[in-house]
Amino acid sequence: MENTQNGQPSVHDGPETHNPYMQTLRMLWNDKWAFISVTFLLIVLACAVIGPFFLDDLATKQNLRGRNAPPFDFSTSWSFWLGGDALGRPLLARIIVAAQNTIFVAAGAVFFSMIIGTSLGLIAGYTSKTLSQVIMRLADVIMAFPSLLLAVIVLFMLDSSVFNLVIVLAITRIPVYLRTARAETLEVRERMFVQAAKVMGASTPRIIFRHILPVVFPTLITIATLDFAFVMLAESALSFLGIGIQPPEITWGLMVAQGRPYLTTAWWLSFWPGLAIILTTMSLNLVSNWMRSALDPAQRWRLENVGKKSG
Amino acid sequence: MLNFLGKRAVASGISFVGLVLLVFFLSRLTGDPTSLYLPLDASDEIKNQFREIHGLNDPLVVQFFNYMGDLIRFDFGDSIRRSEPAIDIVLRGFGWTLQLAAITLSLVIFFSIVLGSLAAFHVGGAFDRIATFFSLVGASAPDFWVAIVAIVVFSVTLGWVPTSGTGSFAHWILPVAVLFIRPFGLIVQIVRGSMITALSSAYVKTARAKGIKNRSIIFVHALRNALLPVITVIGDQAAALLNGAVVIETIFGFPGVGKLMIDSILQRDFAVVMAAIVVTALAIFLMNLVIDILYSILDPRIRY
Repeated sequence: MENTQNGQPSVHDGPETHNPYMQTLRMLWNDKWAFISVTFLLIVLACAVIGPFFLDDLATKQNLRGRNAPPFDFSTSWSFWLGGDALGRPLLARIIVAAQNTIFVAAGAVFFSMIIGTSLGLIAGYTSKTLSQVIMRLADVIMAFPSLLLAVIVLFMLDSSVFNLVIVLAITRIPVYLRTARAETLEVRERMFVQAAKVMGASTPRIIFRHILPVVFPTLITIATLDFAFVMLAESALSFLGIGIQPPEITWGLMVAQGRPYLTTAWWLSFWPGLAIILTTMSLNLVSNWMRSALDPAQRWRLENVGKKSG
Repeated sequence: MLNFLGKRAVASGISFVGLVLLVFFLSRLTGDPTSLYLPLDASDEIKNQFREIHGLNDPLVVQFFNYMGDLIRFDFGDSIRRSEPAIDIVLRGFGWTLQLAAITLSLVIFFSIVLGSLAAFHVGGAFDRIATFFSLVGASAPDFWVAIVAIVVFSVTLGWVPTSGTGSFAHWILPVAVLFIRPFGLIVQIVRGSMITALSSAYVKTARAKGIKNRSIIFVHALRNALLPVITVIGDQAAALLNGAVVIETIFGFPGVGKLMIDSILQRDFAVVMAAIVVTALAIFLMNLVIDILYSILDPRIRY
C-alpha cells in the first residue's frame, strides 16, 4: 500500500534495461515467492521431459526386499530415499517418471480447451446474436454435463490412454475460456481502435485475431495458469477413482490411490506424490498471482517500481 | 423482473433438454446392462426377457421419447439394480449432499469473509501474510489426499473421529473439514482482492473522515460493494458441492448423490443416472437464480 504514494514510474536512478525480457526477469527476481515457484516449476518440467529417459527402468524394476521400504534410509541408493512402494519400486524415481504424464495431461488439456474455448468465445462475442446464443447454450450444457460420466464413456468407448484423458479434461474446461473470452470481447469491441479498424475496412477475422485477441490474451493466460492447477487436481481425482490413467502408466494421483490400502502401515506411499501435487499447484497459484499484476499494464508499475527502489 | 425470469427459464429449459438428450444417448454408449446383471451363462431367452422388462429392446429413439413422456409426468423410471423408483433413491442421496453442502458452505462463507476482510484491512501486515499463505495452501490442496492423510492422523492414529459412514455428529467432522479447505482458500483470496479495491475507494475515505469506526467501515460500507465478485465464486463452488463431492463421498462412505452417480454410472443403472442429473441440474438452476436476485439486492444499480 505504501507504494501508492510515491508511485511515479520515473523515480529511479539505476541503469535502465529496455530489453522487455530482462525487465520481466528482474520483476520476477524481486518477487521471491514467484521466483521460487517458477524455479520449482522448471525443475518439475525438466523431470517431466527428461526424467523417463533415464529412470524408466529404475522406476519399474521390482525389488521384493525393498517392499514398502521406509523413507530417509540413506544407506540405500538415492532412489529409495523417499522409500519404496508395495512392489519395492523406488518412490523417488517413480515420482519423477510420473511427472511426465501428470504434467502432459494437464498441459494438453489446458492447451486444447484454451484454443477451442477462446475461439468460440471470440466468435460468440463478436458476431451475430443468434450464433452467440447457440454457443452460450452449448457452454451451459457442457458445464452441467457430469465430467465423471464423460470420463467413463470415453474409457469404455475409446480405451483409456493419456490422450483420451486429455480430451475428457479439455472438454470440461472449455466453458471457462469461452465465457471469459466472450465477456472481454463484448467490452473490447466497443473501443475506439476496433471501430477504427472496422472503418478502415479490416475483415472480421483480422479484427478478431489482430486487434481483439492481443487485448484479451493476458487475462486468458492468467486463467490458464490457474486452470493448469485445477486440471492437475481433476486428473488426480479421476485417476484416484480408477477412471483416469490406468496402470502401468502412472501419474501422481494414481500413486496416491495405489498407496491408499497401505495407509496405516506405510504412509509414505501416498504422502510423497500428494506432496508433489500440492507443491506444484501451489507454485502455479503463486505464479498466476504474480502474472495477474505483471501482465496487467495498469498494475505493472507496482512491480517495476519495487525493483527500482531496492536495486 | 418477470421478463427476466421468463427469459432465464427459456434459456435454461433449452440447455436442460440438451443436457437430458446428451446424457441419455451418451450414457447408453457405456454398454448394455444385460451383460452386467445376468450371469455369464444366461441363455439368450432370459437375456431377451430382461431387455424386454427394462425396455431395452426398443430402438434408442423410441426409448428416448418414452423416457421424455414419462419425465413430463414426473416418472423417472425404476432403478435396475435396486428395483425401486429411481427418483426415491436420488432424493435420498441428494438430501445428504444438500446437508453436507449447506453446512460446509455456511462455514466457508462466514470464515472466508471475516478473514479476507481483516487481511485486506492491513495489506502486507502479519495477519495478511498468514491468511494469504494459508489460503494459498488451501486452494492448492488435492482434497482426496487431504482426506486420506486426515483419516490416518485423526481417525487411525489419534482415534478422535470415525473413519467413515454416517450416524453421529462426529461422522460429519472430517468430511466437512476436508471439503471446507479448497473453497475457503479460493474465496479468502477473492474477498481480500475485492476488499482492497473497495477500501481504497472514495466513499470509504468519506466514511473515515466522518469518524466512523473501522469495524463498521469494513463490514458495513466496504463489504457490501466487495461482495459481488465473491458471490459469483461462491456460486461456482456451491454448484460443485451440489453436484456431489464424488471423491470425498467415496472416501468417507458418505451416501450422497455424487457417490450414487459414480456407482450407477459404473453399474449402467441409467434411470438413476438420469434422475440424479435432472435433480442436480434443477437445484443448480434455482441457485443461479437466487444469486442473480442477490446481485440486484446488493447493488441496486443492477436491474433485470
